[in-house]
Amino acid sequence: METKDLLIIGGGSAGMAAAVGAYDRGVKDLLILEKGPFLGGILNQCIHNGFGLTEFKEELTGPEFAQRLITQILDRKIPYQLDTYVISISKEKVVTYMNGTDGVVEVQAKAIIMAAGCYERNAGAIGIPGDRPAGILTAGQAQLFLNEYGYLVGHRVFILGSGDIGLIMARRLTLEGAKVLGVAEICPWSNGLNRNMVQCLYDYDIPLFLSHTVTKVIGRSRLEKVIIAKVDEKKNPIPGTEQEFDVDTLILSVGLVPNNDLLDNLGIPTSRSRGALVNEHYETSVEGIFSCGNVLHVHDLVDNVVEEARQAGEAAALYLKGQLPIHKESIAVLPGSGIGYVVPGKIDLADCGDDLIFKFRVRQPSRNVFIQYEFNGIIIKKIFKPIIIPSEMEIEKLPKNILNSNQGTITVSLVDKEA
Amino acid sequence: MADITLTCIICPRGCRLTVDEHLNVTGNFCPRGIVYGKQEVTNPTRVVTSTVRIDRAALPLCPVKTAQPIPKKKIFDVMSSINEVHLTAPVAIGDVVITDVAGTGVALVVTRNMEKIP
Amino acid sequence: MEDVLIIGAGAVGCFIARSLSRYELQVLVLEKENDVGDVTSMANSAIAHSGYDPEPGTNKAKFNVLGNKMMPEVCQKLDVSFGKIGTLTVAVDDDQVPLLADLLVRAHQNGVEAKILTPEEVKALEPHINPAVKGALLCPTGGIVDPFTFTSRAMENACDNGVKLHLAETVLSVAKEGDHYTVKTDRGSYEAKVVVNAAGLHADEIAAMIEPVSWKILPRKGEYFVLNHFAPGLVNHVLFPLPSAKGKGVLVTQTTSGNYLVGPSSEFIGDKGDLATDVPTLESVKAQAQSLIPSLPFGEQIRVFSGIRATPSTHDFIIEASPRNPDFINVAGIESPGLVSSPAIGEYVVKDLIGAVLPLIAKASYKKAIKKYIRPLSLSLLERNALIQANPDYGEMVCDCEKVTLGEIKEALSRSVPCLTVKALKKRTRVGFGKCQGGFCQPKVVRLLADYYHISPLEVLYDKSGSAIILDEIKKEAK
Repeated sequence: METKDLLIIGGGSAGMAAAVGAYDRGVKDLLILEKGPFLGGILNQCIHNGFGLTEFKEELTGPEFAQRLITQILDRKIPYQLDTYVISISKEKVVTYMNGTDGVVEVQAKAIIMAAGCYERNAGAIGIPGDRPAGILTAGQAQLFLNEYGYLVGHRVFILGSGDIGLIMARRLTLEGAKVLGVAEICPWSNGLNRNMVQCLYDYDIPLFLSHTVTKVIGRSRLEKVIIAKVDEKKNPIPGTEQEFDVDTLILSVGLVPNNDLLDNLGIPTSRSRGALVNEHYETSVEGIFSCGNVLHVHDLVDNVVEEARQAGEAAALYLKGQLPIHKESIAVLPGSGIGYVVPGKIDLADCGDDLIFKFRVRQPSRNVFIQYEFNGIIIKKIFKPIIIPSEMEIEKLPKNILNSNQGTITVSLVDKEA
Repeated sequence: MADITLTCIICPRGCRLTVDEHLNVTGNFCPRGIVYGKQEVTNPTRVVTSTVRIDRAALPLCPVKTAQPIPKKKIFDVMSSINEVHLTAPVAIGDVVITDVAGTGVALVVTRNMEKIP
Repeated sequence: MEDVLIIGAGAVGCFIARSLSRYELQVLVLEKENDVGDVTSMANSAIAHSGYDPEPGTNKAKFNVLGNKMMPEVCQKLDVSFGKIGTLTVAVDDDQVPLLADLLVRAHQNGVEAKILTPEEVKALEPHINPAVKGALLCPTGGIVDPFTFTSRAMENACDNGVKLHLAETVLSVAKEGDHYTVKTDRGSYEAKVVVNAAGLHADEIAAMIEPVSWKILPRKGEYFVLNHFAPGLVNHVLFPLPSAKGKGVLVTQTTSGNYLVGPSSEFIGDKGDLATDVPTLESVKAQAQSLIPSLPFGEQIRVFSGIRATPSTHDFIIEASPRNPDFINVAGIESPGLVSSPAIGEYVVKDLIGAVLPLIAKASYKKAIKKYIRPLSLSLLERNALIQANPDYGEMVCDCEKVTLGEIKEALSRSVPCLTVKALKKRTRVGFGKCQGGFCQPKVVRLLADYYHISPLEVLYDKSGSAIILDEIKKEAK
């Protein structure tokens, strides 16, 4: 069987950055496996700008950002295979992949980095009541049809979900000649960046219905109407608040889910982010299998994906040199009250790096609060936040020497100023 | 002229700004909000990103952007110009597609390398 | 002049066509939808019932038991996934226990193997069953079947043997003219010696075109959940609650594709086309299912759907020549256990009813089976590589979630039953049935169908007529 020091699953922003991170730390026997016909992943269909402010100090469009990483790959001559689909990974790190030229190939990898991205939550998963017509799509599907192939999925559109993808598509569809009649968001707050609220909704007079959801879709063959209603604090529709819209298209922007099947099938534990549970080196419960990018937890800024993936690549390089510690359960990291999830899920306290990096999202927008870190029941740090929102991932560094032991639990919580 | 209210986009606070007829800005938490508020009221600008048709490439569309922000009121004029463009591969990031798009003085440029396919 | 014209290509119409195709007869099937098996036959519990449940002496009992016996051979010839996993009808409180004994008697009257299990025995077979279980009836001959290919491959066998199929053609009138029937549709007019009415939800309307009938089709909706692929062992048998006047109740089962299916509800509706799902009904289905398996992972929901049963007002299958016209044959009211009964109904209709009015001369060259479909996932590494060497399309993954390759899609498109829509391709190959529900693959499939049929992607339909997926092209000015 062929062997490879490092196999990277996914050639999008995470996969490429991880490859560069590993290569620059000495890994030369590596290969990127990408299922699509191009490197770049989802960035290729994100033709809008807003990428790269941190990583490249410039504001770039998705394809431009992707090209920066592709150039890094090409400059280093890092090998990659396109149109190549990874079918399975074994716990022994045998990766089975397939394409039309090589057939089905089994490779014994010494280390694997999972960088396979996300899929979109869809109408089936949320069970929208009503008929089953054509015309109900996810924002990413609509984006692919529009930006890569030039097809408008509809003329009269309603959008469910105020996340950035939905807002971006509101603008795209309007600019290309569709009429967007509104955006409904089930939370009382918008889940998109203010910049997108202004430049995608207000600029085009597209109404935003906060605390609303779609309660019925109507249409036998093609969508004809959606009905939205206001919801209460429990997110249940309030009878009598219904509004009807004549549309031919409903676009869903209701969340991304890590595409983590390859690791799920191995029984590798997951965290509340729905990606793998990893330690501070992005290593999963299986030695030498790492995870980074959207398949680990959904990011809002690709710059953060690149930073994270680079670190995962560097960790994989250390692992291959035998310089990552043997696996042990050391300190568990748990999301406490007000926190949706935290990455890493555990800390192994290896001798690499001085800082611990915590990445998390809060459950609801809050002002004048503290993010509190407790270690074995004792508060070790409180960081004041004048404003903190779920749609922006928080990344905080704590010095490693703040921990006085190798065992126990860290709990990250959101607490009020008064507490 | 009545006061204009708008949401600042510079940071997640999203301060609700009020700009009066003398361009005095209130409601801002920091000085950046004053700059943004004045700009948005006097000369709001946007970068426009879209696609143009392209031949001899792996895909039928090539993504483009205005190289600088253009006046917000000219967005749909810019789109009309974009919609008439027909490129032929190969093209590279930064290639100028239209030197001065819709009289804005701003160029329309390619944002994706697209090779010619045989 | 056709010998037999079949109205409707649901499971019943397809199996009648298949049984007919053995004989030297001109057969035409007219189907109003864009695909075979596109109404009730694609929205059901996908169960090959054992036959313990129907009242003894009825058509339901007769054809269920016969059909169940035919399943292994039929599925082998038609290359359809069939799992004889057995069914458990579960009592969860003491009141229900005596009913198990009644069901056992009924099973024996119908000639169906059955056994009553103690709570401990049930728990041993189903570790995740409601701990309050009081006993169950085990019927080892019941099982699960893939309903989509069951129908389309029966028709494929028929078409391979010369049966003509017209999709997207709606019957408007049927009239007897002397010794034959004239059938007028929205696309043409046909003459046939024998007409078979297998029109499902509309069978009463078709029957009434010839003569008044005393029965009616009462549409009865059932709503379901589909859950994602699971680790084996959560549910090993098809689980039923005790039946009631409303029907068999909400079942929980694995499917031949490794998903879970939970449902159906039961509600008479007024509109034969009303497939809407609603929250209260689904919440009720969920609650009933949880009384069988409390730990059902509803977080793994990937889809909800509803199907409409063609419930006969007579409560039993109507399989008979019409009283005044022996060459007009009604096969109506085929609700549960219709799917498993279809092969047996097909044989009976052909041999006993059509055979009474037309000579049945066996074809010299009759293809008993369809050409096997290549299932790359079931091949060894070496076999798969040989396959991809010979045809690189089998190395190109189109549907990541269900692992469907381009080769399988092209093969489905090339078979004798036309595969015109995105939904049809879904049913043949499973492309788009997974957790992303076509999020990644639907754009590819639309382009594939457009290329294959030399049409614009704007003309590609999801399923029903008028269900185009994309509505316009942008930047037409530049073209």
